[in-house]
Amino acid sequence: MAVATGKSFASRFGVHIAVLVFVAIWTVPTLGILVSSLRDKDQIIASGWWNSFSSSTQTEAGRLPPASAQVEKDGKFVLAGNIFGDAAARNISAFGVKSAAPTQYPAGTTADLGDGITLQLNADGTFVMSSPKAFEGDRGQRVYYASSAPPKFTTDNYNTVLFSEGIGRSFMNSLTVTIPATVIPILIAAFAAYALAWMRFPGRALLIAVIIGLLVVPLQMSLIPLLKLYNGVGTFFGVPSKTYLGIWLAHTGFGLPFAIYLLRSYIAGLPREIMESARIDGASDFEIFVKIVLPLSFPVLASFAIFQFLWVWNDLLVAMVFLGTEGDQIVLTAKLNALLGSRGGDWEILTTSAFVTIIVPLIVFFSLQRYFVRGLLAGSVKGG
Amino acid sequence: MAAQILSAIFVIIIGVGGCVAYFWGANKLVDLIFPSRGVSGTAAIDNLRRQGLVRPWLFVGPAMIILTVYLIYPVVATLWLSFLDRGGQHFVGFANYEWAFGDREFRSSILNNIIWLAVVPAACTFLGLIIAVLTDKIWWGTIAKSLIFLPLAISFVGASVIWKFIYEYRGEGQTQIGLLNAIIQYFGGQPQVWISLPFWNSFFLMIILIWIQTGFAMVILSSALRGIPEETLEAAVIDGANPFQIFWKIMVPQIWGTIAVVWTTITILVLKVFDIVLTMTNGQWNSQVLANLMFDWMFRGGGDFGRGATIAIIIMIAVIPIMVWNIRQANKETGGH
Repeated sequence: MAVATGKSFASRFGVHIAVLVFVAIWTVPTLGILVSSLRDKDQIIASGWWNSFSSSTQTEAGRLPPASAQVEKDGKFVLAGNIFGDAAARNISAFGVKSAAPTQYPAGTTADLGDGITLQLNADGTFVMSSPKAFEGDRGQRVYYASSAPPKFTTDNYNTVLFSEGIGRSFMNSLTVTIPATVIPILIAAFAAYALAWMRFPGRALLIAVIIGLLVVPLQMSLIPLLKLYNGVGTFFGVPSKTYLGIWLAHTGFGLPFAIYLLRSYIAGLPREIMESARIDGASDFEIFVKIVLPLSFPVLASFAIFQFLWVWNDLLVAMVFLGTEGDQIVLTAKLNALLGSRGGDWEILTTSAFVTIIVPLIVFFSLQRYFVRGLLAGSVKGG
Repeated sequence: MAAQILSAIFVIIIGVGGCVAYFWGANKLVDLIFPSRGVSGTAAIDNLRRQGLVRPWLFVGPAMIILTVYLIYPVVATLWLSFLDRGGQHFVGFANYEWAFGDREFRSSILNNIIWLAVVPAACTFLGLIIAVLTDKIWWGTIAKSLIFLPLAISFVGASVIWKFIYEYRGEGQTQIGLLNAIIQYFGGQPQVWISLPFWNSFFLMIILIWIQTGFAMVILSSALRGIPEETLEAAVIDGANPFQIFWKIMVPQIWGTIAVVWTTITILVLKVFDIVLTMTNGQWNSQVLANLMFDWMFRGGGDFGRGATIAIIIMIAVIPIMVWNIRQANKETGGH
C-alpha cells in the first residue's frame, strides 16, 4: 500500500512519530510494573519508577538519643553520634527540627535551635548537638532530614512474593488448572469437528448452528446453575464441590464451541481426495482421523491451544466461582485479586505478583505469535 | 512445593489419559461389536453400515454431553431461576425483573454498560484501524504491531494492577508515584483520585479494556487492509485523491464486513466485562456494570440466585441480536457443508 504514503518528508516523519507515540502508550504501562518489581521497596514509594535510575530523595524523621547519652565537654553538654546507627549508606542533603520545615538547613551547617542550643547534621548522618545547659527528658530531639539513596535494584521482591506471599504456590495451581483445561477440549473438539466436517449423520446442520449460537452465549448464563449443580453433586457424594476436575470440565465446556468452530472450518477445508483415497485403501474413520486429519490440522490445533491456554490462564471469573476466592488451590489471577484487597498499597508486592502472572502468557504469546494471529483471523467471532 | 508439582503432573496425566482412553476404547468397542474384518461378505457390509451409524455419535458424543451440561442446560435453568426466589425454591413470577428495574444500582449498571458499549468497541476499532494503516507504511511496522498487540496476552487482573499503578494518587505536593498524576503535577495541574472521580472514573476503567483490545482490532483490520486490491488505491491516487479521501472513501468501505466482525466481537466482550471493574473499584463510586453486579448477587448475603439469574438474562438479551446475525452469516458462508 505504498501508494497511500504521503510524499513529503514531513508527513513520513509524522507517521513515524505517531506510531512511536502509540507504541509508547502501549508498552510504558507494562514497563512500569517490570521496573518497579525490581526496585527496592522503600524506593518504590519514594520516587516514580521513571526516576529509578537516579538517586531518590525522601524526607524522613528520626530521633536523637535521649539525654542520658550526653557528655559534658568544655562546659557544654554534647550529644553526638550517627542518626542512621551504623549503616550510613545514604546521603543527607538537608535537615530541620520542625515538621513544617523539614529541610530548613543544608547538611553540614550548624542550626541554632534557640537558648544557645545548636545542632549540626552532616551528609553522612553524623550529628553533634550541644547546649550550655544539661539536656533533660528520656525522649531525644526529633529531627527531619531529606536523604537520597542511590538507585537500588533487587530481586528480593520476587523472593518475597514467590515464597512467602503464596504466589509460587498459585503459579503451580495455575499450571495445574491450565494444562488439562487446554488439552482436554482439543481432543474432544477435534473428534467432534471431524465428525461435523466429514461424516454424514442426521442433525449435523442443526448441531453446527447450535455451536455457532453457543459461541456468543455469555459465561454469566452458566454460572448459577453450574454452581448449584456442583454444590448438589458435592453434597450428594460427600466430596468437595470446588475441585480441579470441576474447573477443567467447566473450562472445557466454555472453550468447546470456539474449539469446534475453529477446528471444523479448518478440517472441512482439507482436500477431499486424501480422505477418499485412504477410505478406498480400507482405512476406518478413526484411522483417517488419527493418521491423516490430526497431523494435517497441526497449525489450527496449535492456534486453539494458545487461545485456550491464554484464556484459562488469564481467567478470573470461572476460577473464582469454581475454585473459590481463598485457600490453597486458588490460581494466580484470584491470588492477585486477593492481594489487591489485602496488600492494597504495597506496590512492591503488587507489581511483582502482577509480573509473575503475566510472564507466562507473554512468553507463550511471543514465541507462538504466528499461530495466535492465524487463529484470531480464522475465528474472530468468538467473544472471548 | 515438590508434592504440589507431583500431584499436578499426576492429575494432568489422569485427565488427559482419560480422554485418550475414551476415544481409543470406544472406537475399539465398535470394531469388536460390529466386526467388519474376518466375517463373511454381507455381514461385513451390514456391520460397516452399523459402524457408520454409531461412530459419528461416538465422535461428537463427549462434545455434545459437555455442551449440554455446561451451556445448554444452564441457559434454560438460568431463565427458569430468574422467575424463582433467592434460594431457587419458590416461583415469584416477574418479581426479580420488577426489582431490577426499580433498583438504583441496577439502573446505574445498565447506564454504565451502555456507555461502555458506546465507547470501547468504537475506540478499539478506530484506534486499531489507525494503527493498522500507519504501521503498514513504515519499515518497523511489524515490531510496532507486536508491541501494541502484547497487552492482549495480559489478564484483565494483571492489566488492572498495571493501570492502578498508573492512576495511583498521592496528596498534592507529594512525590507522585502514579505516572498520570506525576504528569499532571509536572504541568502544574491538580492530582486526582482517578478511580473515584464521579462519572469519569468509568472512562478510566474503559481505557484498560481499550488498551487490551486495540491490538485485536489492529491485527484483524490490518489483514483485511492487505486484502484490498491494489488497483483501487492506484486508481484513487491517479484521480488525485488525498490520503484522507483514500482512507475514508476507498479503504474503509471495502472492509466494512471486517469492521462489523471486530465491532461485534468487542461488543460481546464488553457486555461480559467483569474482572476490571471488580479489581479496580468493585462497583463503587457509580462504576458498577451488569456482569460484576451479577457476580455480586451470586454471593451477596449467601447469594441471591433469582436476582443473579435475572441480571444474566438481561446480558443474554443484549447478546441475542449478535448471535442471530452470526448464525445467519455462518449459514450463508458454509452453504450446508
